[in-house]
Amino acid sequence: MNVIETFSLTKKFNDLIAVNNVSLKVREGEIFGLLGPNGAGKTTFISILCTLLKPTSGRAKVNGFDIEKEQNEVRRSIGIVFQDPSLDNRLTARENLEMHARLYGVPKEERKKRIEEVLKLVELEERANELVKNYSSGMKRRLEIARGLIHYPKVLFLDEPTLGLDPQTREHVWEYIKRLAERERITILLTTHYMEEADALCDRVAIMDYGKIIALGKPEKLKDKVGGDILVLEVKGKEKFLKEIRKIREIKKVHLIGNKISITVKNAERFAPKILEFARRNKIVVEAISIRKPSLGDVFLYYTGREIREEASEQKEVMKRRVRFL
Amino acid sequence: MSEIEGIYTIWLREIIRYSRDKSRIASSFIQPLLLLLVLGSGFSFVRLGSLNYQTFLFPGIVVVSLVGVSIASGISVIWDREFGFLKEILVAPISRTSIFIGKALGGCTLALIQGVIVLSLSFILKVPLTFYSFLLSIGLMALISLSLVSIGLIIASLIETIESFGLIMNFIIFPLIFLSGAFFPLQEAPLWLKIVSLLNPLTYGVEAMRYNLIKISFVPFYLSLSIISTFTFFTILIGGIAFSKRK
Repeated sequence: MNVIETFSLTKKFNDLIAVNNVSLKVREGEIFGLLGPNGAGKTTFISILCTLLKPTSGRAKVNGFDIEKEQNEVRRSIGIVFQDPSLDNRLTARENLEMHARLYGVPKEERKKRIEEVLKLVELEERANELVKNYSSGMKRRLEIARGLIHYPKVLFLDEPTLGLDPQTREHVWEYIKRLAERERITILLTTHYMEEADALCDRVAIMDYGKIIALGKPEKLKDKVGGDILVLEVKGKEKFLKEIRKIREIKKVHLIGNKISITVKNAERFAPKILEFARRNKIVVEAISIRKPSLGDVFLYYTGREIREEASEQKEVMKRRVRFL
Repeated sequence: MSEIEGIYTIWLREIIRYSRDKSRIASSFIQPLLLLLVLGSGFSFVRLGSLNYQTFLFPGIVVVSLVGVSIASGISVIWDREFGFLKEILVAPISRTSIFIGKALGGCTLALIQGVIVLSLSFILKVPLTFYSFLLSIGLMALISLSLVSIGLIIASLIETIESFGLIMNFIIFPLIFLSGAFFPLQEAPLWLKIVSLLNPLTYGVEAMRYNLIKISFVPFYLSLSIISTFTFFTILIGGIAFSKRK
């Protein structure tokens, strides 16, 4: 059964098409990832599904309910962890959870039980009566996940669930998410621009760029599409080298990324000596060489010719801060 | 059913947050007390017929004390937006109208708590308070504060950032208070001041309260009462629309 279905979903903001004709289906019980760079339209897509934004055109169903005609039913079916914190800092963790349970009409007898249950799940029982103000960002994220689960949603939306968390906390959150999906058997739709995250967590991944889904499938299948291994070289005299290697038949694809050259070949271990020999013959100095299996980042590169860059987000942050100072 | 639970939840949150904010509580009591004490004693040489100035001032202060709390609690939506909590409420399965009502009732309750405490100073000031005039005061305060909370919510849906908050408070609250006839008798005021004050809706709140408590007023009581009722009705209406229209 499909828990989420979208039909040609489109959202325009003036001239900008944030979500462009997206049709996809998410099956019950799976962890589905939307992977893409910042500004690809992932958050907009989620906001439409959780009824915060109205689509410009197209339709969508969540848990069988139409997102425009049956808003309240959709809202009752979903839990959301937003990208930015949305807790009340002046309330305690328990009060935040209680408030949520009330808003979602969880019956009084059930409330206490469920609150204890989710607090235990995210291991915050002991600090439940503290003001959220004093929580670390990792704890806040866990509390938000707990809150999203109190009303037993069919679908949990996680928008960049580990953004801004340190690596250790990030792995913790990954574990929670996996355990949740297994134990509670809920469907999870998460967005991320971290390819490791999509790789580590998701049963299926849709790669999104400029509002469009450009690839969709199991992570392994997508990586197979790249068609081999990745060999990354740093050389002196890139131009000459790039021109010369066109002649080599085994090479499937070449990308120039900064001062590095990324080559896709079937069997990189066997190919590496050959390319070194080739370079030597053409009097090109190779400064560094590395071999790796393709990642979802390479899949993105394969389809778009660009890398999923994290700098973009940092730049945006700097811009935001600047605007604030003005 | 769940809408009522939703309204109650939003209301409860306002109350809990207020009870935690000690400095807000303290300042909201000290202000009216200071006004009453300093102005009342400073101008104690002024006599208005058989009344002393402090007695004249008292009903005005009761009303004025509602302004800060009410507007601030309406405007606090900006904070909820800034800190993200508004989203949590907006995706919950309750209507915008219920959120609005919860907020308005929350602000109104806080204002009433404050108002009743200021009102209780009547025993010290020897302003006679009957059961009837006490009930009427509560009603008037509820009307006035509901419209002020709505004004706060309207402002909150018009402005984008916290930065403009201080400015707005100064631009709205001070003129609202000083031109409400709370501090001076309107019948003695120069014509321009009379006109400006009569354009200020809060004036009718002050007038009605003054008539209720000490039986004097410049504007007839029932006229004041109908003007504030109408004004409250429309601010709630506009506030409700502004709030539900916003993204």
